[in-house]
Amino acid sequence: MSIRERLSGNEAAAIAMKQINPDVVAAFPITPSTEIPQYFSTFVANGTVDTEFVAVESEHSAMSACIGAEAAGSRAMTATSANGLSLMWEMIYIASSLRLPIVMSLVNRAVSGPLNIHNDHSDAMGVRDAGWIMLFSENNQEAYDNLIMAHRIAEHKDVQLPLMVCQDGFITSHSIENIELIEDDKVKEFVGSYKPEHYLLNRKEPIAIGPLDLQAYLFEHKVQQANAMRNAKKVIEEVAKDFEKMTGRKYSFFEEYKLEDAEIAIVCMNSTAGTTKFVVDQLRNQGIKAGLLKLRMFRPFPTEEIAKSLSHLKAVAVLDKADSLNGAGGALFEDVTSAMYVNNVHVPTVNYVYGIGGRDTTENQIKSVYDDLLEIVKTNKIDNPYRYIGLRK
Amino acid sequence: MNNLIEIRWHGRGGQGAKTASLLLADAAFNTGKYIQGFPEYGPERMGAPITAYNRISDTPITIHSNIYEPDYVVVVDDTLLETVDVTSGLKSTGGIVINTTKSADYLKKVLKGYDGNIYTIDARKVSMQALGKYFPNTPMLAAIVKVSKVMTDEELLSDMENSFKHKFAKKPEVIDGNMKALELALKEVKKI
Repeated sequence: MSIRERLSGNEAAAIAMKQINPDVVAAFPITPSTEIPQYFSTFVANGTVDTEFVAVESEHSAMSACIGAEAAGSRAMTATSANGLSLMWEMIYIASSLRLPIVMSLVNRAVSGPLNIHNDHSDAMGVRDAGWIMLFSENNQEAYDNLIMAHRIAEHKDVQLPLMVCQDGFITSHSIENIELIEDDKVKEFVGSYKPEHYLLNRKEPIAIGPLDLQAYLFEHKVQQANAMRNAKKVIEEVAKDFEKMTGRKYSFFEEYKLEDAEIAIVCMNSTAGTTKFVVDQLRNQGIKAGLLKLRMFRPFPTEEIAKSLSHLKAVAVLDKADSLNGAGGALFEDVTSAMYVNNVHVPTVNYVYGIGGRDTTENQIKSVYDDLLEIVKTNKIDNPYRYIGLRK
Repeated sequence: MNNLIEIRWHGRGGQGAKTASLLLADAAFNTGKYIQGFPEYGPERMGAPITAYNRISDTPITIHSNIYEPDYVVVVDDTLLETVDVTSGLKSTGGIVINTTKSADYLKKVLKGYDGNIYTIDARKVSMQALGKYFPNTPMLAAIVKVSKVMTDEELLSDMENSFKHKFAKKPEVIDGNMKALELALKEVKKI
């Protein structure tokens, strides 16, 4: 029997970490993820977990400490947001290239500047090529569930990559909502213990980690990383199946909400997907065949699957909660349209940059996107595919 | 989601409007509902206007935006009435609950012709009587429960007793006062 609770997204992430009971947590506080290490440190102080909590002096050090801990052969976790992730940037790449399955809670927030503490996805999009598995979460439940699944995916011998679980800062991190928790013993059994094949503190196998890697082999090592990312898809599927057996909650690369018979659809990530579901239900009541593709697995990117899933539509809108400032469109839009193109799927597709710096994303804004899509279907015309919603006039 | 009830709180930093919204979420959760409780985070300082929200429903809530057309509005501090558009989007089928001792004529004037139900409560009087100090959030919590009927008075009282025991585990002396504040407030809230 699961445990009916009400928690904020940050509380949910901290509880997941408590149940995982990692060997090391190293973190530096930054809004809106501060509560995660804050709550976790009380579990450490109370003896609820036996984790070594390292209160570091910066996020660069937080990631460095996680790297050291994982390289030594232990399980390490951290949490951060926005500029905290920016400061980790150098070490983010080191973590993935050393194939260290660190798990991070990323509570998405706008990267400065000017200074803004509210939600968008500019922090996550800044590290999309860093070789981390990236899972996005609609609500507190998914932030919790994704963390429970994270180590099984990241530590799998065919993967061995770090993983970040994203959720929307304030919108879900600070909102109290219903959640179903899993019993401690079940989580413990599901997550299992970490048994790395190679690690620094193994006296029987002296190794070096992270030495100089020049023209001779860096290329091959990067391909190994890329292959690990490809392998992650299968592992993410397998772990989700086991998770469903335990909880009844089904996870895939993405969730198709009323998409099967839809004519128009939105593609988006995190909390906006929930608001979009609400709008889809309203439109369906009016006889409009609207649907949603909510992406959970952003890295690796499910290219063939997304293209196939969108192929029957008459028009698609991809919502980006970060502007790539490239004059061409957001990162999710580029990935989705590229996936469609290489898979020979040609559905009229437009991009909306939205919700920047915490600008509230309302049901009316989402409704206006579906209205635009209906117009595109009717006129078969797209004047400008690079658009904004919720922008001041 | 016809059963969805949306509530918007207006208060000033330090008065406990955010806490009250979280307590309401808690209490409704304990009666088996699906809930959301979240503040709108702005510059946080004592005395600055703040907004907090609740959604309460019999079915899962997926929407994640602020509330623009609430069923109910709670005003914890009546000095906000002239500076904040508290009835913005407020449904005329719902109502507004104000912590005030101001006259009905004054309230009707500052609410700019809002044609739904207007309720008032003197949360200061209730709080001073029950707690000997001015904490408006507990009386306002009872007032909005009474008005919105998201749960019965009995459910609120039994539920909050447990919550207070948990919340004030280190200050048990304030539990009785807070319970008294709830009971008084349930009786004091009046429609004008």
